[in-house]
This record gives sequence, structure tokens and C-alpha cells, in this order.
Amino acid sequence: MSAGNGHQATMRLKLRIWRQAGPDEPGSFLDVDAHDIPEDCSFLEMLDIVNERLMDDDIEPVTFAHDCREGICGTCGVMINGRPHGPEKATATCQLHMRKFRDGDEIVIEPFRAASFPVIKDLMVDRRAFDRIIESGGFISAPTGTAPDANEIPVPKDVADFAMDAAACIGCGACVAACPNSAAQLFTAAKLGHLNVLPQGQPERWRRAEAMVETMESFFGSCTNHGECTEACPKEISLDFIAVLNRDYLKAKVKNRRLASQT
Amino acid sequence: MARTVTPTGAGSGERVPPLRRRRRELPWPLNIYQTSVGKKYVMAVTGIGLLAFVVVHMIGNLHLYEGPTQLNEYAEALRDLGGHLVPRTLILWVMRIGLLAMFVLHIHSAWSLKEISRRSSPKANWVSGNKRYAGGQDYVAVNFASRTMRWTGPIIGLYVLFHLADLTWGWWLGGDYIRGDVYHNVVESLSSLPVAIIYIVANVALSVHIYHGMWSAFQTLGVNNPRFNHLRRGLATVIAGAILVGNLSFPIMVQAGVVA
Repeated sequence: MSAGNGHQATMRLKLRIWRQAGPDEPGSFLDVDAHDIPEDCSFLEMLDIVNERLMDDDIEPVTFAHDCREGICGTCGVMINGRPHGPEKATATCQLHMRKFRDGDEIVIEPFRAASFPVIKDLMVDRRAFDRIIESGGFISAPTGTAPDANEIPVPKDVADFAMDAAACIGCGACVAACPNSAAQLFTAAKLGHLNVLPQGQPERWRRAEAMVETMESFFGSCTNHGECTEACPKEISLDFIAVLNRDYLKAKVKNRRLASQT
Repeated sequence: MARTVTPTGAGSGERVPPLRRRRRELPWPLNIYQTSVGKKYVMAVTGIGLLAFVVVHMIGNLHLYEGPTQLNEYAEALRDLGGHLVPRTLILWVMRIGLLAMFVLHIHSAWSLKEISRRSSPKANWVSGNKRYAGGQDYVAVNFASRTMRWTGPIIGLYVLFHLADLTWGWWLGGDYIRGDVYHNVVESLSSLPVAIIYIVANVALSVHIYHGMWSAFQTLGVNNPRFNHLRRGLATVIAGAILVGNLSFPIMVQAGVVA
């Protein structure tokens, strides 16, 4: 590690970046010698620097998805050395800083992979299959009109906390990328769970469970309970939600919906 | 930026098509089995049934250590279940048919789920069905048991066929096979070293399969409660361990000459 001008420490990295012109084009790795990368820049800022230099050399910059860059939007996400969002636990790609790597490290950067996450270009994948899952039931029908009073519906603290843990999901797709089966159970479980455990989500609970799970299954693989998704999740969504999903789905399949009070 | 990138293909507005479209929905409850969560549920329930059989079978086999009379009487008691209330071997046959049905469902659900995952995972290979990253994937949570379910399963399946051919049908013991003399047949078979090795390998595979399968069944059936979640792994380890020790003891003890 060399201290550049005594101001900021920089590092030199050997990058292997996946390049792919389109969804059906063959891809390959581009080797980049990334020198003078400031230690304190984020992973995406490092890619920005690399792209600036590629453009100076008249090479097309590497396409990658990003938006808020503060770990809350779920737009960014690449496989870094074989792990979604890189080696840091509970960290999205944008919040991963280069000081977590060492000078001289080789970093392999690849897009998230699943049959329903086609590569748009380079490191950017199309995650609209997630939108289909949300559209099928990831909402509540709320009365419109004047704003309801706060705390009008009592929610026990444990329930509110549990729902909030699920609602932390940013929909980045790391769970699918990490899963050897390309299953989207953790994402769907989080989006289903944060509504199904709350009173506001009860009227549509069983219909939601059926619709979201069946939409998920039309796009993604089958969960084998490896637990790889939770480890990759930047928001550390628990596997417990997958158990909730399984139970709610099966209950939904046998429920007599005319007896809404007997849940 | 001077050079804008125009996305092509999937990025240009067309939808990502579903990998699977729902076939005609069968009447309840068969429609549950049409979904992968339903198949997992069937796999978990049949897995628990088969596990119960494995535990009872292992405990029953411990009669081997009591001696020939006791083991043969135990086998006779199984054929005579229900006493004089039902025809002889009827209950045994009901249980056998139930076991066979559970085996078929367990294998069919596993096979079809493997196919679903394989089609959802680019570059998935044949048996493990795991996807491949060009730069390799750095697994964190998967363990040996969970990664090898699709290997230990077929090993157990083949072993069950071998085990039936060996001790129920007496295919290769030939003249040494005495129908009804369980003790004699077991000792005769297990005193051959290659046969003992097959039993040992298969029972290690069985325990590894149960170690992941039992924990996985809790999760699949939605048995999840923060009060006892910490016990689920432990319970799976204890039961898999007990089956390993019990089942491995038979070939090892016969080979060691303790049972003869």
C-alpha cells in the first residue's frame, strides 16, 4: 500500500470484470489493472474510476446498475469474488469500501446469475421478475380518504419488530444470486412476511400467499434450505421468513376463506 | 457522459418471460403437489415417515445383540402384528405398501424439484443442479450434507434395493439363505467384507442425508418458533448420529466376530 502524497492511501488491484454485449451474447472477462484506487472509495466509485480510464482509452465503459449508493434502494449488486455484494456481511455493493480489500488483490466481478435474471449488459441484470412477484400480491388494499390516526391499529411490539425485519428487504436479488437453485424464496418470504404478520395485511393474507408463491415459482427454482441467501443478504433477512412463507402458503391452500375470523 | 449505452434485448421493454407456465390446475388436494412448495411439503412429510421407519428398523435390529432366538422372534412378531384380529402379515404388508408409496413420492418430488432448479439455474450440471459462476462461487452457508442431498439420495435408493435383494429375497446368499432365520442370514451376509463395506458406506450416506433432511423438514413445514429454533439443528444431529452409530454397529460387530 503506497501513501500517495501523504494525503490518501491508494491501492492497486487486478480486476477481472465480466463483459457481455447483450442477453444472448457470449461473455468473457476483461482484465483491468486498477492502479491508484483510493482506499476510502466505495466499490462503485472504484468502478467509476475504472470506467473513466476505459473511456480515456476509447474502450466502452462497463455497464453496472446503481442508484442511491447508500444501501437502501437495492439497485446495485454484483458478484464480487464469488459472493453477492462481496465479502462483507450485511453490506450492499455500494456500501462496500475498498479498504476492505488489500493492495494487490485480484477481484473477480460478475453479474448476478439466474435464468430469470437475464444479463442486460455486462454487470447489469434484468430483475423485473421480482416486480411480477410484487404485482401479484405484495401490497395491501388501504382505504383512501383522510389520513388515519397514528397507532389506530394496535400492533404488538414483537410483531412490529418482526415485520420490520422483513420490510428491510431492498429487493436487490442477492438471495437469488447466492442460491445454488436460483430460488427466490427469501425475497418472496420477506415481501410476503412483512404484510402477512401485520393486522393491515390480514384481509388479503391467504390470497397473497398463494399468488406470490405461485408467481415466484413460475420464474425461480426450488428452495433446498441451504441458507446461502441469508448470508448474502445485505439486510440479513432471516430464514425464519421462509418458514412463515411455507406455512402460510399451505394454510392458504386449505383455508375456508369464508371464515375469515378463524385464522 | 458522451457515450450512452443503449440496452438491447431484455432491456428494451420486453418482459422477462416466466420459465414455467402453470398447467391445468388439478382438483384439490392434487393442486398442492403441482407447486414446488407443495412438493417440498410432500417431501418433508414422506421424509419424516421414512425417518420414523429408519429409527424403528434400527432399534428393532438391536435384537441382533440378544441372540438368534430373540431376533427371529422379533421378525416373527412383525409378521404376526395384530395377532389373531387380522390375517397373518396383513399389517406388515400395509406398512410395506405405505413405505413404498412414501419412497415413490419422496423420490418423485425430489426429482421434479431438482429439474425445476436446474432449469432456473444457468449452466447447472446434471445431478447436483447447482448453477455455475464463471469466476466460481464462494459458498458460506452450505454444508456437506446440504450440497450432497442429490448424491446421498440415489445412494440410499440403490442401497435399499441391494438390501432387499440381499436379506429379503436372498439373491446371492443362495443355499446359505434360510428363509425365516434372520439371525443366520444377517451374520452370513455381513461376514463378507465387500457386503459389510457397502452397508457401512450406505449408512454413512443415510446419516448425512438425515442430518440435512431433518432440519430442512422443520423449515419446509414451517415449524419455526424462536423459543425452540436453536434445538432444531441439535435434534437433527442427535438423530442422525444415533442412526449412524446403531446401523454401523451391525456390520462392524459381525466383521469383528463379536456377533457370530
